[in-house]
Amino acid sequence: MSLDYLWTGFAVALQWHNLLFGLLGCLLGTVVGALPAIGPINGIALLLPLAYTLGVPAESTMILLAGVYYGAEYGGRISSILLNVPGDAGAVMTALDGYPMARDGRGAEALALSGIASFVGGMLSVLALTFFAPLLGQLAIGFGPAEYFVLMIFAFATLTSMVGDQPVKTMIGAAFGLALSTVGLDPTSGAYRFTFGEPELYDGIEFIILVIGLFSISEVLVLLERQHRGGLETVSIGRGFPSLATLRLCLGAMLRGTGIGFLIGVLPGTGASVASAVSYTTEKRISDRAGTFGRGDPRGLAAPEAANNAAAGGAFVPMLTLGVPGSGTTAVMLGALLLYNIQPGPQLFTERPELAGGLVASMYIGNILLLVLNLPLVQIFVRMLLIPNWILLPGILALAFLGVYSTYASSLSIVLMISVGIFGYLLRKLGFDLAPVILGFVLGKVTETNLRNALAISGGELGILFASPIALVLWALAVLVLFAPLLLRRRSSEPRA
Amino acid sequence: MRSLLAAALVVLFAASARAAPEKLECLAPAKPGGGFDITCQLLRLSLQNAKLVPQPVAVTYMEGGVGAVAYNHVVGTRPADPGLVVAASAGSALLLAQKKFGVHDENAVRWLAAIGADHGVIVVNAQEPFKSLKELGEALKANPAAFPFGGAGAVGSQDWMKAAIFAKSLGIDPKGLRYAALEGGGAVLTALLGGHVRIGTGDASEVGAHHKAGRVRVLAVLSEQRLPGDLADVPTAREQGLDLVWTTWRGFYMGPKVSDADYTWWVELLRKLAATPEFAAERQAKGLFPFTKIGAEFDRQVKADVARFRELAREAGLL
Repeated sequence: MSLDYLWTGFAVALQWHNLLFGLLGCLLGTVVGALPAIGPINGIALLLPLAYTLGVPAESTMILLAGVYYGAEYGGRISSILLNVPGDAGAVMTALDGYPMARDGRGAEALALSGIASFVGGMLSVLALTFFAPLLGQLAIGFGPAEYFVLMIFAFATLTSMVGDQPVKTMIGAAFGLALSTVGLDPTSGAYRFTFGEPELYDGIEFIILVIGLFSISEVLVLLERQHRGGLETVSIGRGFPSLATLRLCLGAMLRGTGIGFLIGVLPGTGASVASAVSYTTEKRISDRAGTFGRGDPRGLAAPEAANNAAAGGAFVPMLTLGVPGSGTTAVMLGALLLYNIQPGPQLFTERPELAGGLVASMYIGNILLLVLNLPLVQIFVRMLLIPNWILLPGILALAFLGVYSTYASSLSIVLMISVGIFGYLLRKLGFDLAPVILGFVLGKVTETNLRNALAISGGELGILFASPIALVLWALAVLVLFAPLLLRRRSSEPRA
Repeated sequence: MRSLLAAALVVLFAASARAAPEKLECLAPAKPGGGFDITCQLLRLSLQNAKLVPQPVAVTYMEGGVGAVAYNHVVGTRPADPGLVVAASAGSALLLAQKKFGVHDENAVRWLAAIGADHGVIVVNAQEPFKSLKELGEALKANPAAFPFGGAGAVGSQDWMKAAIFAKSLGIDPKGLRYAALEGGGAVLTALLGGHVRIGTGDASEVGAHHKAGRVRVLAVLSEQRLPGDLADVPTAREQGLDLVWTTWRGFYMGPKVSDADYTWWVELLRKLAATPEFAAERQAKGLFPFTKIGAEFDRQVKADVARFRELAREAGLL
């Protein structure tokens, strides 16, 4: 792919009205990302009819929507870190170390660090998109059901890093997640499972409802309990910027997060939530020697944040090279083209270079805008931590209820959210970690569908799971991830010569 | 005098009966950007461009169960709303036929009109040697296990049905098909390009551009006549001696308690709309093919479709 389209694109994206659209998209995206339950798809759904009715041209609309998409990946981290309320699907892992950091008086630092990690992930992925898109398009094609299944096996192998000192509870948690993911339409046979004749359950349990219930509702209950006991410490907001030493410590985590996130983002069958999950568990596997992950380790924050932004960039690869969407959000964006009477397809980006180029150029600009926007805002956002509990807790609850109800418009979704929240609270009281539940849920559906599709293709022969080079490489990686720590431990325990 | 009064009353009554509902709303039972959205946007834009009614059509969204949530919502909560139409497709009829829309059946709503259609296609990777549906059929018959199908949707979905009627026409039991249920038409294309599946089933509007770009080869369109546009060179299945037709109409239904007068108001509005050049232009721009059935004619079409789909599902062992 020659880069001419990109110069055309910068010429388009740098026009003042398109810059404004980009800025507007980034701002709105940050807001919808930060609000629980409302993610980039909702933001786009809100803006698309508006932009269309106002007669905004197609390339400006794409720039606006890409800004929302990107901004949401930045914004999701804010509520994850400060409130333990993941703002969107990609930000769940961010809460695991980000929230403990904020509780530890390092809220501002966590926000700034995650902003920088987002920038690194976003920027590097756009660079990779610019220079390697055609090659990566081939990678996306190389992944069939069998390869996706083995990729999920790899993801489960990295999950063993979460086991910690209570393996049984981790396994039970992951099994809960897996079980919850089976609710709804069986993606292969088309049968309804565990829906009790309730149409609102036909699509299964919405990920975001599960996350909000499990994290936010249970968090409010835990905070209330602590408040009641009088053991609630006031949190300081901490100094604003991560030290150079912290940044250096996190550099490797960011780069690994970017690589993993981008590659997983390129694959149309997986998204930002899988990307950040795999990146977090891999990083824990690699870096967590002292057992500090989950207790406010900055690397556990940097890796998934870089990954979810890189995944958002990677999702544009199939869209640009193959004309097929790489994620739910890019699918909506491609669908948006139809409203503009533009048929999405492989020729789109040769026939309309100003559209493709403008989009890619706007990602460069958008990432810089978002970093510039986000770093100064840290000082404002972080004051959320100073809100007294008697306002904060009802506030979180109101946000959770509003977010879920405005998106799913059903009382069942509220009931589900509350029951999951109580369930989550009980799990926490029993000493369970919530992350494995989420991971089991995220990976469950992809794993099941792809295994069954692979076996449908092969007629039940298991050989298909080992047939392609990609699958074999992934098996090898899975084995490596499972056993490497054992070997490393043995080596490091040997006396040094 | 009395007759004059009566006449005036009749005129008055007729006028009020024909009065437009205050607010017009098109409910797309899905996320924005999909086929249901396109259906609603076509209605909204062509009405706006043709200037047939003063008030705009608001497009709203309610996702869930591929339309089942909206179906139950309309039947249960807004059965008499005169201004509300809900987007539906042949896929909705297929789900109704398999009793997958909850407790309600196809008689629970008032079917209003179809305003466009997409047509089924059978597609292979451009590197496959097969140039016609017949050649593919022979190869498939000789060794069904070598030809996994890929479609967007589970067993019992439209794409699966297309594969099933193809197999059935060759004398192959659909139950023995190797079929991968992929997530959306884009996934079917990538799986074909990557060689993970060898036969794809899908919709003409989605694969047209890819066929023209030479990445995949559409072997047959499952329509009654050849299609205009990117697929103009592709023969129908019937031309190739296989009686396979799969039409995905796109249209609307209304609540069950909507009055005859309001229903008739919509029927007449859509009749007028369908005759305008603005409508034809929008329909083409949205990638839909001409397919207009309004009022009683459409109602018969839906009921006939549901009956036929039920039969197909029963034969395939789904019911």
